[in-house]
Amino acid sequence: MSGGAGAGLPAPLGLLAELTHRCPLACPYCSNPLALEGRAGELDTAEWARVFAEAAALGVLQLHLSGGEPASRRDLADITAAAHAAGLYTNLITSTIGVTPARLEALRDAGLDHVQISIQDSLPESADHIAGYDGAHAHKLATARTATRLGLALTINAVVHRANIARLPELVALAAGLGAGRVEVAHAQYYGWALRNRAALMPTRAQVTTATAALADLRARYEGRLVIDAVVPDYYARRPKPCMGGWGRRSLNVTPSGRVLPCHAAETIPGLTFWSVREHSLAEIWARSPAFAAFRGTDWMQEPCRSCDRREIDFGGCRCQALAIAGDAAATDPACALSPLHATMLDLAAAAAAGEPPPYAYRGRQPKILERSQQT
Amino acid sequence: MADAAAPGEGARPALAPGVRLRFDDTRQAWLLLAPERIIETEGPTQDILSRCDGVRTIGEIIDALAGIYAADRAEIAADVLALVGELAAKRLVRL
Repeated sequence: MSGGAGAGLPAPLGLLAELTHRCPLACPYCSNPLALEGRAGELDTAEWARVFAEAAALGVLQLHLSGGEPASRRDLADITAAAHAAGLYTNLITSTIGVTPARLEALRDAGLDHVQISIQDSLPESADHIAGYDGAHAHKLATARTATRLGLALTINAVVHRANIARLPELVALAAGLGAGRVEVAHAQYYGWALRNRAALMPTRAQVTTATAALADLRARYEGRLVIDAVVPDYYARRPKPCMGGWGRRSLNVTPSGRVLPCHAAETIPGLTFWSVREHSLAEIWARSPAFAAFRGTDWMQEPCRSCDRREIDFGGCRCQALAIAGDAAATDPACALSPLHATMLDLAAAAAAGEPPPYAYRGRQPKILERSQQT
Repeated sequence: MADAAAPGEGARPALAPGVRLRFDDTRQAWLLLAPERIIETEGPTQDILSRCDGVRTIGEIIDALAGIYAADRAEIAADVLALVGELAAKRLVRL
């Protein structure tokens, strides 16, 4: 074996690079943290290139260039070329704002393997309202067509929630029409911004049941033409998702300033210490960072996880969700029917879905004074 | 869908856009990398995939494998056609 994690640790498969938290859109379920990082602290091109080389040596195979909006960085083509040179399979996760056809062609020529574009709804007005950006939808459709014309593989990602869940078939049909090879149907995950917007986003159980049946029909209808992957609606689940394929087991997330997280929401968990690529190599961080060690394996588990025969199948579910609902990141994810808080979680969903949805709290659109104080 | 899953011997399969086949030093294995998918390939699957270059026909791939495995061509042909059809249905190979 050359490279790899050593010491009995599995080598990571994927790395998500949050190149920037800057984004023209303001989606109310954004996966970025509530306290967005500013431009001044962002890793530069050379620092990212070093991270990619270290990632490849550690065994990482797939790199996701994400944000924020990665195209907000002028050096995106150089960053992509560095990733390709390191031998990584490179995926661009983009809102498309700032991605011109010429820029996309340059990214393809730099070695980009795949593009993932989010679509907020099949109805343009609703889509732009959800994104908080007029004209976003039309730009996304145009860029998606450019991507397939350039021969780039395309995934359409559709985050589903109360405002668009009824149009799941239309969303999938739209993706097929754009030439996507894959669709990701992702129920909103309630951490960070989505947790703040839960009352606006949560669908009813009836809506989720209808969508689940629709998904099965769509998979049959598009078999052989479109791969349809789904992210489950946690609040209505009986088994928790194996979040990240297990904490510190498959993936790393690097923030714009270089802090390395086991998952994008890990900073919501108090008391974790995150190491930075500015002070440690990625291999050191993977092997020894306190945040990665905190919930790795099964020793940290409480009952009912500890003695559960599924503990190495779902790894106790999601730590951030355990924190959000149970107030304890080491608790069983309440999405699990075996959690003592499972009924509480269902009640939370029912209560959130019952009322008139409040207006969205858009990310990055607080009064300026607040934004400034968050960044200090 | 039948349209993607019925290749003939004259087709020239290639890896689909966004799909790469590479040897991974860390894991000492051939891997097929696709959007959100990593598939370890070995044996006949690897022998077929490594020849899906958009140049060789399925017939030529069958001939090559019949040579490697010193097996009956008709038997190899059925296996190759089935596998390429399956990979095409999963959008890992295009015809």
